[in-house]
Amino acid sequence: MESAVEAALLELAFDLPADIEKGLRAALEREANPRAAEALRLLVENARIAREDRVAICQDTGSVWVCLEIGPDVMVQGDVLDGVNAAVARAYDVGRLRKSLVRDALFDRANTGDNTPAFSEIHTSPREGARLHVMCKGGGSDNASRVLMLTPSAGKQGIVDAVLTCVREKAANACPPLVIGVGIGATFDKVAGLAKMALMRPLDVPAEDERTAAFEEELLRAVNETGIGAAALGGVTTALGVRVKTAPCHIAALPLAINMGCSAMRRKTYEL
Amino acid sequence: MQADGKRETVQLSLPLDREQLRELRAGDACTLTGALYTLRDAGHMRLLAEMDGRGCDELPYGLCGQAIFYAGPTPSAAGRPFGAIGPTTASRMDFAAPRLHDAGIAATIGKGVRSEAVRQACMRNASVYFVTVGGAAAYLAKCVTAEETLAYDDLGTEALRRVEVKDFPVFVGIDTLGNDVYDLA
Repeated sequence: MESAVEAALLELAFDLPADIEKGLRAALEREANPRAAEALRLLVENARIAREDRVAICQDTGSVWVCLEIGPDVMVQGDVLDGVNAAVARAYDVGRLRKSLVRDALFDRANTGDNTPAFSEIHTSPREGARLHVMCKGGGSDNASRVLMLTPSAGKQGIVDAVLTCVREKAANACPPLVIGVGIGATFDKVAGLAKMALMRPLDVPAEDERTAAFEEELLRAVNETGIGAAALGGVTTALGVRVKTAPCHIAALPLAINMGCSAMRRKTYEL
Repeated sequence: MQADGKRETVQLSLPLDREQLRELRAGDACTLTGALYTLRDAGHMRLLAEMDGRGCDELPYGLCGQAIFYAGPTPSAAGRPFGAIGPTTASRMDFAAPRLHDAGIAATIGKGVRSEAVRQACMRNASVYFVTVGGAAAYLAKCVTAEETLAYDDLGTEALRRVEVKDFPVFVGIDTLGNDVYDLA
């Protein structure tokens, strides 16, 4: 587990996921706005420099989220995630990555010095086998995220409106072109996790559920019609993709979480 | 002005010439060459506390007339002073920027929308807010030629650093008339 996490972190820090890089290149090709095109040119060139020179894609090398997903055929010990922090400390030292964590959000904002702790969890799944989900999440895009408890009558339109409001208010802070994770359903605490997990699905993998896939397209179109564009300097690509994950919920509820991902959306799922 | 109506990239030297700043307009592409000073969240709280403690608004560390880059770099890598350095969200420093502009900071560099108070401070002081591309930090690190930590070393990446840059690409975010690049989009 430790070595798998360490290797994943060093890959994510330097190698922009292929689906994201492809998205940036496609956005550059269709961009007519000169400022946005220049921003996209820098981002494409940036990915090349990071990959070839083994330097961080972004100076914000993120907080680390590790989610171990286990199927019914897998047994693990309760301390299976204990090595994750050691892996983070080693990867952030060896990779010359930024240490961006403080000891306590309120009472002790001293830097921990090794980018620990990671935010780790175990999920059970009906799928056999085990998978490791790893995400290095930048602070600027996470700050642009939000959870809203909508009412059931708000429906799809309420969700579209809330996503567009969030994008209009926060996209410029979140380093567009964005990847937007949208969680819908469950409870107040779980909906944010849905949005985060939604971000794990690559841009070239369509949603299994057709309604979800269609809603993602609808949201993406609406977000890109804002004209905010790359680096919020205008243009046709405000987001590379929208990823939606829905769940059951209470009869009184329509929980919504919007987890903004930046143009350096560093995440990958590894089969174990 | 080029044939297609696009303004040419303006090459600016640091420290910035205030008269030259007045000629810039929101959206202009510029390059910066000279010394920038990196400072972000925790560093701003320290700096304001220092100014409070001395009971005056004179900027320490030779910051008067200089440009603050809202950035927390990675350590050195690939033979460069930093492996990656790029802008952080400027609005988190809105609490400090008007006071720092009034005290003599000529420009700030970051990403994202600023408050009305910062816009007013730019107009009042003929100061400028530059934006640069978030997420292009490996690219921007190649524009850095040297760095030196000046203060707050215990803050790690959030320390106050003097950073020498060459042809560092920015756009004018807020100009001295208060125009905002994000209103153009």
